[in-house]
Amino acid sequence: MRRSFLLLGAAALALFPLVGGAFYLQLLGKIMLMAIFAMSLDLLVGFTGLVSLGHAAFFGIGAYALYLLSPEYDAADFWVSAPIAVGAAALAALAIGVLVLRTSGVYFIMATLAFAQMFFYFATGSKLLGGSDGVSINVRPDPTVLGWTPFDLGNRMQFYYAALAAMLATYLLLRMVLRSLFGHAIQGIRASEQRMRALGYPVFRYKLAAFAIAGALAGLAGYLSAAQYGSVNPEFFGWQMSGTVLMMLILGGIGTLYGPILGAFALTLVQELFGELTKHWLLPMGVFIILAVLLLPQGIGGLALAWRKPQPEPVDD
Amino acid sequence: MSDSVLFFLIQVLNGVQQGLLLFLLASGLTLIFGIMGIINLAHGSFYMMGAYLAFSLTELTGNLWLAILLGIPASVAVGLVLELLLFARLYRRDHLYQVLLTYGLILIMEELRSLLVGDDVHGVAKPKFLDFSIPLTDTLSYPAYRLMMSGVCLVVALAMALVIRRTRLGMTIRAGAANREMVSVLGIDIGLVYRVVFALGVALAAFAGMIAAPVASVYPGMGNQILIISFVVVVIGGIGSIKGAFLGSLLIGLADTFGQVYAPQISGMTVYMLMAAVLLWRPAGLFGRA
Repeated sequence: MRRSFLLLGAAALALFPLVGGAFYLQLLGKIMLMAIFAMSLDLLVGFTGLVSLGHAAFFGIGAYALYLLSPEYDAADFWVSAPIAVGAAALAALAIGVLVLRTSGVYFIMATLAFAQMFFYFATGSKLLGGSDGVSINVRPDPTVLGWTPFDLGNRMQFYYAALAAMLATYLLLRMVLRSLFGHAIQGIRASEQRMRALGYPVFRYKLAAFAIAGALAGLAGYLSAAQYGSVNPEFFGWQMSGTVLMMLILGGIGTLYGPILGAFALTLVQELFGELTKHWLLPMGVFIILAVLLLPQGIGGLALAWRKPQPEPVDD
Repeated sequence: MSDSVLFFLIQVLNGVQQGLLLFLLASGLTLIFGIMGIINLAHGSFYMMGAYLAFSLTELTGNLWLAILLGIPASVAVGLVLELLLFARLYRRDHLYQVLLTYGLILIMEELRSLLVGDDVHGVAKPKFLDFSIPLTDTLSYPAYRLMMSGVCLVVALAMALVIRRTRLGMTIRAGAANREMVSVLGIDIGLVYRVVFALGVALAAFAGMIAAPVASVYPGMGNQILIISFVVVVIGGIGSIKGAFLGSLLIGLADTFGQVYAPQISGMTVYMLMAAVLLWRPAGLFGRA
């Protein structure tokens, strides 16, 4: 049932360019990149039980990495720059993870937020990164290998398919991760950290690995976002970014892989809708979020699915 | 005294002043978390609300003191209403939902600010009798208003310490933080205690915004930056600890001020580096219960 829904969705997205206009191609492309970002966060929030409010740090690192790797009037090599960008995000996640994973609960939320903000202020103050105005990437990264160009990221339609491919690849990769022994271990940590520790699992290392994987995928989303619009600014690191992606998770339903995708579509489309109606679209957005929290505690996805297990009581730490 | 020593001392004063102001926010944040178990992202928005109240009411009455006198009960009222409508429903919810709801509240407060007052940057005049600087040497001086700010914040901090340590309300608050069920069993209306604590926290943050308005000016998004710095203070000091919030505020105020003066290239980052160091050393903060 679920699988046929997913296949149907993927097929619809694959066929969409036949009917959709340029504006919607770009919008859906953006949504699919946000879906990658949201899935990566779900690995932490939904599966490992780590509520991060600073996931934009890695999104921004991926984006700025593309800028730093792009020659001014020439294209960066896609096959070199993308792995470096993803690797840089993963390394940063390892370093930050070592620090923030020493904390838990609400400390973890505050500490992740603060680290992302550190990058935000660094980018805002850095000449190299263009300060608060940000930077532009004049030529899209070029995936040519041995004279053959498999796709052109400057072409709107081809970018759309690249984003779709990246989203599906992320989905499949995360599904594989979650079905592995590692995946079961991190879900065990979410359910009960003490129990996993008692069973002899190196809990810290598992959490750190999850943090690094999530950071790497967020870096991929940031890299592709920078490639889509050709510009990067400190808002990529901003806490609105972290907040929005967290909202996508909740809206779609945490603890599933399709939830973040659903949420990315729902939230971005709602944003577009409110944005059309009023300049002050954040007002209905805020009301919408509050109502969603008060009335829909399990997200859109939760409407269809029974909640997997009752939420544990919040523990004062 | 030589100018460089005086200059250094002026920076110390600046750092302490910034730290004391921060304490008004961080103490509310840490109390609301420590006692009610709620992580409140909208705390910075209350600071912004205070600053805009000071601006609008000063325009209206022509007097900052009168504006503050009117602004405080208004903030308490806002705190009570928000607790009743929203926060009271969050006590038993997962942190995730607290984060989201308060995030939504930030968006609403920013847009209401934009609708009611607009998106311009405003200045607020200092009260006339404090609008002068105390000359220290031929070239250096220190503004009297900042000195007054530090004094007022200190008085508030002392009053808070007295209330928490010496009064019945303070005793109930401490008991509520330690064991909520036990307090209710003893026949104390814990919901009422929460309401009072929350409204006090809102009023403290708003008051910080009001007295900071003449020196910091009043601008959109002003709450977000101070919110995150307040989080850093709470992480450093240890959640729920007023003493920790006080020391953390002073540390951050000084680190930030000296960072800006002596290491301007990395000035935005000094406080976060300090936080990283504290997290490495004591993950639960200086005064946190591990």
